[in-house]
Amino acid sequence: MSEEASVSRRRFLAVATSVTGAVGLAMTAAPFIASFRPSARAQALGAPVEVDISKLETGSMVRVQWRGQPVWILKRSKEMLELLGNHGDKLRDPDSMESIQPAYAANATRSIRPEILVVIGTCTHLGCAPIEKLQPADAELGADWPGGFFCPCHGSKFDLAGRVYAGVPAPTNLVVPPYRFVGDTMIIVGEDTGASA
Amino acid sequence: MSAAGTKAAGGSQGGRFARFIDWVDERFPLTAMMKEHVTEYYAAKSFNAWYVFGVLALLVLILQVVTGIYLTMSYKPSAEDAFASVEYIMRDVDWGWLIRYMHSTGASAFFIVVYLHMFRALMYGSYKSPRELLWVIGMLIYVALMAQAFTGYLLPWGQMSYWGAQVIVSLFGAVPVIGDAIVEWIRGDYFISDITLNRFFALHVIAVPLALMILAVVHILALHTTGSLNPDGIEIKKTKGPDGIPLDGVAFHPFHTAKDLVAIIIFAIAFCAVVFFAPEMGGYFLEHANFEPANMLKTPPHIAPVWYFTPFYAILRAVPSKGWGAFLMAMAIVMLFLLPWLDRCKVKSIRYRGWSYKIALTTFTVSFLALGFLGMQPVTPVFVYAARLFGVLYFAFFLLMPLYTARERTKPVPDRVVYHGHH
Amino acid sequence: MNRRLQSGLVAVTGLIAVLVLGPAFASGGGTLNDVANNDIRNIPSLQRGAGNFVNYCSGCHSAKYVRYNQLARDLQMSEDQVVNNLMFAAAKSTETMEIAMRPDDAERWFGLVPPDLSLIARSRGPDYLYNFLRSFYLDPSRFTGVNNLMLPGASMPHVLATLQGTQRAIFREAEVNGTVQHVFDRFEQVSPGTMTPAEYDEFVRDTVNFLDYIGEPVKQKRQSLGILVMAFLVVFLVLAYLLKREIWRDVR
Repeated sequence: MSEEASVSRRRFLAVATSVTGAVGLAMTAAPFIASFRPSARAQALGAPVEVDISKLETGSMVRVQWRGQPVWILKRSKEMLELLGNHGDKLRDPDSMESIQPAYAANATRSIRPEILVVIGTCTHLGCAPIEKLQPADAELGADWPGGFFCPCHGSKFDLAGRVYAGVPAPTNLVVPPYRFVGDTMIIVGEDTGASA
Repeated sequence: MSAAGTKAAGGSQGGRFARFIDWVDERFPLTAMMKEHVTEYYAAKSFNAWYVFGVLALLVLILQVVTGIYLTMSYKPSAEDAFASVEYIMRDVDWGWLIRYMHSTGASAFFIVVYLHMFRALMYGSYKSPRELLWVIGMLIYVALMAQAFTGYLLPWGQMSYWGAQVIVSLFGAVPVIGDAIVEWIRGDYFISDITLNRFFALHVIAVPLALMILAVVHILALHTTGSLNPDGIEIKKTKGPDGIPLDGVAFHPFHTAKDLVAIIIFAIAFCAVVFFAPEMGGYFLEHANFEPANMLKTPPHIAPVWYFTPFYAILRAVPSKGWGAFLMAMAIVMLFLLPWLDRCKVKSIRYRGWSYKIALTTFTVSFLALGFLGMQPVTPVFVYAARLFGVLYFAFFLLMPLYTARERTKPVPDRVVYHGHH
Repeated sequence: MNRRLQSGLVAVTGLIAVLVLGPAFASGGGTLNDVANNDIRNIPSLQRGAGNFVNYCSGCHSAKYVRYNQLARDLQMSEDQVVNNLMFAAAKSTETMEIAMRPDDAERWFGLVPPDLSLIARSRGPDYLYNFLRSFYLDPSRFTGVNNLMLPGASMPHVLATLQGTQRAIFREAEVNGTVQHVFDRFEQVSPGTMTPAEYDEFVRDTVNFLDYIGEPVKQKRQSLGILVMAFLVVFLVLAYLLKREIWRDVR
């Protein structure tokens, strides 16, 4: 074998071995990286939650936990729903264009059924838990407060559709999780029919 | 040499990279260290297959550390949760089964390569002057490895974990006067309990691995001070060329690294064969009874330590006295430490040593394997007699060594290593 | 001296034997040595076994590390099939096969807590289980009315008696280590069950197959992945060997 052929053969073998070795290392690393994903147990604990809302009174809300997050289910009265249309100019994202919600909740009431609001009760600013201020005209928030949620950490305000006010730190509306109704009085949070999402 | 050639070429091409290396070198001896330990560390070209086990031991150490870190993320060191958390890893964690099998197979693989590494030293005299300290450091690694294996085996909290720990911890009770106090002190309780498990966990994931890694570095530093020996037992530093490089040596990189890579892949094939097709290895690597959670009211019908401890366990059982059994078991390991001073023959390699050492080493090897087998078997009169026989032979290898090595009929040792070229 | 030599010889041959055969599963004085011959790749058998387990075992025995949705995946069943056919004790398919019976109740009724069966095939081996489920025999001295050849004094009643029927164990006298012992000879059917012996063996084989599978659900995946890994390593080995030979050409 000539000197030149030997050098090119050597280079080829060195490159081929290095590439194969690198591929082997990457394939060995993959399971280790994948093992960080939520385990089957975490997934089981994060499974969809069934909520019975037959006892939920109009104008009140329940909190449930889904994947370690508080989920609020609020049954809005007719008056509450009517007030929603009146303060669009004070909101940052009144039509929920930049906010996170399933397609079936990207509407004026941000819900499947107009009266039932389902949102994740975590402020979109830095993850504090806002306080409900459901009644209009609050002592702290002023006479023109139409009812909503107030985050005590940094003063973000949300209306009764979870929409954020302009001029507060929170960037987007409260997140609507995937959910669906089973019959009239059962909500499954964390799971939807898939088609409409 | 070609290694230096490629290095120079690479340096002149990547100007920016070379400047970065210069920047580092002014602050940290990177290039100097690479030269001393890798590109300009010269080892004999006549290395045979017995010389790959040191590198493999280092590989397994790294493997155990990495898989161990990942297991620690999901394992729970409490008597209540430990067993279930191992099954959680095996079933619920993505790829947890693979990581766990790598770790459990790695434990046995560690001992296999270390035993072969030590046998190589016995054959070619790698423990002899000037490598006594290298050998002693290696023995310390071996002892640390045993501690590591023992503490790790308790963690799955299965029946064998529990009762194995029970038996081995009780051994310390054989120490005169303070034995019982020591046993209590090790357990931190009046029985092997949650408390014991918790502290074994701490030892297994931090204390012993840290010691192992430091010792491994010290072992390599000592090796690179004396230089590696070779199958002829000749010091290659004695015959240097005009450039100061041993004539019989080749640079660790790229020559030995290329060879070691082949060895590493062959090892990986064997290792993966176990991991993927026989992770229990028929009950040797993962004992069947350990799939039952620890039950302190029910001893399994047949307790045997994992295979790598059985030679010493056989010696323990062969002695009809608790104190002496434990003492002899400890002495069986102490003997190995003394090896460099027991062997009085000037010739290192078995290639040029007399028949007496060849017979002695063969007898010792057979005894060690036989004791290993006997340590797994139930206690029957025949097996106890056999264990006594092989136990005596084991100790005879060491205790008679000053006699049979003093006037050994050795062959003349050549000046240069025997090298036939590669095939 | 002679005896020592002999012992040594025995030990060395034994060493070879043990490396070939591997250590036996610890079994408590078993006397049936049939082989289960089950196959975890046989999905219909696993599905039948899962049904058997749920109907006959899971009244008392949990399999608390096994999730229903994993069963569905591995046994090629839809989640609905699992919910309707296997899930009597759980609310969600992500749950594990726990049981309702409380451990202290169990202890009062049986004298011990029936063991969780997730790992029984790994600690005992499928063959042991296959023989165990086929070797209940009538023994009026036991509070359950039956004893078991593989596990003498077992607290477990013969829950499969309606299927297998009942049988009597015939012992004969034989000399063991210089003492006269009762040694198992054969079983004799006393009353028939709803299954023929062959059908019953098949039933037990399916059940044991299922237990074998739940012992390590990942086993099949592990083996098929192993083949790919081996193939990769062989290619890598060839390349690395050629490179090594090439580099060592410089050494004379």
